[in-house]
Amino acid sequence: MLYIKCPHCGMRSQNEFSYGGDATVKRPELNSEVSDHDWDNFVYNRKSLRGKHWELWQHISGCRQWIKVERDTATHEIFNTLKAHEEISK
Amino acid sequence: MNQKFRLENVGLINRDKKLSFKFNGVAYHGYEGDTLASALIANGVHLVGRSFKYHRPRGFFGAGVDEPYAIVQLFRNGETEPNIKATEQELFEGLEATSVNCWPNVNFDIGAINNFLKIFLPAGFYYKTFMWPKSFWYKLYEPFIRKAAGLGVASTKHDKERYEHKYEYCDLLIAGSGPSGLASAYAAAKNGARVILAEDKARHGGTLLTSDVNIGNQSGKEWAEGIISELKKMPNVIVKNRSQVFGYYDHNMMVMSERISDHLPKTKKFHPKQRLWYIRAKEVLISSGSIERPIVFGNNDTPGVMLSSAAKEYLKVYGVLVGRNPIVFTNNDSGYETAIEFKKNGVDPIILDTRKDPQSEIVDEAKNLGINIKLSYVVVAAQGYKKVKSADISKISDNKEQLGAIENIKCDCICVSGFWTPTIHLASQSGNKTKFNEDIDAFVPGISKQNETTLGAANGSYTLEETLKSSLEASYELSNKITNNDNKISFPNVFEKKSTTHDKFWCVPLPEGKNYKRFLDFQNDVAVSDVEIALKEGYRSIEHVKRYTTLGMATDQGKTSNLNGLQLVSKIENKVVPNVGHTTFRPPYTPVSIGAIVGREVGKHSKPTRKSPMHSWHEKNNAVFVDAGVWLRPRYYKRGNENLFEGSKREAKNVRTNVGVCDVTTLGKIDIKGPDAAELLNRVYTNAWLKLPVGKARYGVMLREDGIVMDDGTTTRISENHYHMTTTTAQAANVLSHLEYYLQLIWPELNVNVVSTTEQWAGAAIAGPKSRNLLQKLFPKSDVSNEGLPFMGYLEGDLFGVKARIFRISFSGELAYEINVESDNGNFMWEKIIEVGEEFKIQPYGTEALSTLRIEMGHVAGSELDGRTIPYDNSLEGLLSKKKDFIGKRSLAREAFVAEDRQKVVGVVPLDKKTSIPEGSHLVKDSKAPLPNPKLGYISASCWSVEHDNPFSLAILKDGKNMIGEKLFVMSPLKNKVIPVEIVSSHYVDPKGERVRS
Repeated sequence: MLYIKCPHCGMRSQNEFSYGGDATVKRPELNSEVSDHDWDNFVYNRKSLRGKHWELWQHISGCRQWIKVERDTATHEIFNTLKAHEEISK
Repeated sequence: MNQKFRLENVGLINRDKKLSFKFNGVAYHGYEGDTLASALIANGVHLVGRSFKYHRPRGFFGAGVDEPYAIVQLFRNGETEPNIKATEQELFEGLEATSVNCWPNVNFDIGAINNFLKIFLPAGFYYKTFMWPKSFWYKLYEPFIRKAAGLGVASTKHDKERYEHKYEYCDLLIAGSGPSGLASAYAAAKNGARVILAEDKARHGGTLLTSDVNIGNQSGKEWAEGIISELKKMPNVIVKNRSQVFGYYDHNMMVMSERISDHLPKTKKFHPKQRLWYIRAKEVLISSGSIERPIVFGNNDTPGVMLSSAAKEYLKVYGVLVGRNPIVFTNNDSGYETAIEFKKNGVDPIILDTRKDPQSEIVDEAKNLGINIKLSYVVVAAQGYKKVKSADISKISDNKEQLGAIENIKCDCICVSGFWTPTIHLASQSGNKTKFNEDIDAFVPGISKQNETTLGAANGSYTLEETLKSSLEASYELSNKITNNDNKISFPNVFEKKSTTHDKFWCVPLPEGKNYKRFLDFQNDVAVSDVEIALKEGYRSIEHVKRYTTLGMATDQGKTSNLNGLQLVSKIENKVVPNVGHTTFRPPYTPVSIGAIVGREVGKHSKPTRKSPMHSWHEKNNAVFVDAGVWLRPRYYKRGNENLFEGSKREAKNVRTNVGVCDVTTLGKIDIKGPDAAELLNRVYTNAWLKLPVGKARYGVMLREDGIVMDDGTTTRISENHYHMTTTTAQAANVLSHLEYYLQLIWPELNVNVVSTTEQWAGAAIAGPKSRNLLQKLFPKSDVSNEGLPFMGYLEGDLFGVKARIFRISFSGELAYEINVESDNGNFMWEKIIEVGEEFKIQPYGTEALSTLRIEMGHVAGSELDGRTIPYDNSLEGLLSKKKDFIGKRSLAREAFVAEDRQKVVGVVPLDKKTSIPEGSHLVKDSKAPLPNPKLGYISASCWSVEHDNPFSLAILKDGKNMIGEKLFVMSPLKNKVIPVEIVSSHYVDPKGERVRS
């Protein structure tokens, strides 16, 4: 069971969180023209990377905040966590 | 005294407390502090089971967790449990156990014929022998194998015992309370760290209980007792025995199973049987010790052949002799220690040492005691069937390849020591890449992966002095890092006899003309010849060899067999062991009961039960409940001998003719506040929300980004910046997360707050032509006329002194209202509605009538909004705004979603107007078409229309728009039904929707 640092609450066990997918996907702006290709990429296509990966989690049984977690998908090592509004630095 | 192998005055058992027990129906006695194994050996019982494949007789091989043989079926307090290791099961008064894997009994086992057929049961025999003809597999081979193989029998009864889970945090978790565990626990505790010390056995101390060592002026055992009693007094230390740390998971999450009551005749009142601990440790110290490994020789599975360390433990801890005429067969000094203990207790052992000329203090002591030592000698084969009677022994050449003349000597046990294998399972589970240590011929932990440190024998350190020293140092450093305390301790000098190096010899060659089985894996009957065959057949990877031969795959997970298997593969392949590598260690280290894993989450406790504030009224009024997610909802209110069909029909009919009341508390409710609340709704719902006036409700549909309908419900504008959203019961939590997702991540600029208020409001729906009359009586001060409170209107009213929210919304399709009051007033509201409604012939109705009403009205619900349908499929396309964007809109332009013959919800009526249509049935054009019969759609919901008094269903049907009036067939292969039906509009009742507006 992972041990995740919620940027609002501190270290909490995984069973307080729910997983929310790739945090680097950008939703196209509302009312903008989006090609089929771009929309498919946004809705369906994910890379399923092995290694470091920024992903979304929601502290569902805690502060209910969505957070960004940098995790190694192979080793489960967690390197960094950010609040929802904090930008991922590359 | 009938315990004829019990010694006087030796051991840690309590001779004042005699216990009686039964094994295979025979009564015996043992003492408190015995294990089932030690008590049986004390009584001279060595035959405990039959082996897995060949059904060869099985005795005892170890004295603890590593035991591959002595697996029994346990009976305790009217319950039975399979696959219990007799070496771990503590004796209690009245214990009963039987052998497993033998039929009709352990002494005469029909399956043992396999022993003579073993030529037909080589490696991979499952894969080879039983392949064809194919039809034989299910009929003949599988039933036979299932009967013949397998271990104990699981009980099919409900387990009445209680199991618990516990979460704990600590600075240092120390797994194992032998010398290194005790030293490190003591050092860390003295340095202020929060410590958990876990021991799988009943007694702490590990090898200190059996070794002839001194620490200062105390024996090892006395020293261990002193440390433990001091640790137990410290507030920052948790000391646990009978507790096995079996799993090392991510981020230093350790899982431990504590056997609280297994050693007692029955579990004490309010006590659990076992407790599973989830421990998040900052640092983990692995002091799990080592397991002695066997030397491989002919018939080395005969009862009476066992590990020399086990023989020593039976003697020193339990005061039991495993034999009176022992042979000790060793390649290192440990065998001598066992022999010395025999000698000191009046038994004359013979030592066969594979080494040519060992020189050490231990060897000298054995010589001084006059023990018969044969150097460069091996056991070639054990002789005897159900118990060792003699041993074929022989000199062995210096290169260990040639045997000399075979001599046969009498013996009643053979104690084997092939040196020690560190228990690296936990370190390996952590992700530690282990490395091979040439000095000890075994793998030891390499660089730590998580915060784990392996100490003592588990790390390949086999002297007490070095173990204590390194444990103190490591534990001081780790605790200092956590607590910043600087309290160093030291221990008195250690006195232990020096040993010398072991001999890298592990397998006795076969004598000419003999083909004795030489077993590697004792539980799965994997012999040297099986591994040889696997390699001959081309298996190379150790993982493949393992699966093909089943080496190390039994319940003991190869604790005694893995390394010898590797030695063999490396020898045949002419590789060094580290290049062969070992198979992956996975949790659990030792079997864990399913009960402990499940914990309290059994039956009704497997999920929380949610009840509405009106629950007790429903109970008192004969409600029959149904699970709706985690909620308990009345399905119908039973009157007399009514069944579900009759009851729900009565209730639904009463709604259509008079008025009914339904508990709708379970609907999800979300309170939405903020200046941008309307904008949020406008973005997440498919229809327009910016112009909804205060005091009005609107129906809305939410999509996922992929265009699939996620949820529907009404949202009411309570005041300028305040909305009350309802969701379906099932989707309440998901919708809240969905809104939070967009507010926090996608549109943080929107100034809106959302919070669940599902539990804050109790809700009652009153529906039926007389509902307005009832409402007027409930709220005499409010104007609830069609003008004062029109369809989709909202009012706040006073319900006999209680503040209430009144929504004019309808799920039943009748004139209907929903009243919400604060949860605490829910029962008051409900009772008032019933009381006042009496003159209008009010009846409560449950979910079954609720479904009937919505189905015949053609209102879609969860069975249509099933995560596979888009708005069009549910005839909700009228709610899609063309003017604005919303979540999921772009996806609706996908090719399949705009196809001309797209599926759509329709109504279905059987032609005979009598036959009920099973939900989930398929719709087909031709009931006699050859299979696979093209499926046009499926029945999503069925009811008995109370309005038309015939069956009616909703279906999602391909090209549903153009199918109205068509005649099709409903087919249910499950229920073996074919029903001719007509497709009609989904709005079977009041298609213009006049009633809700009346």
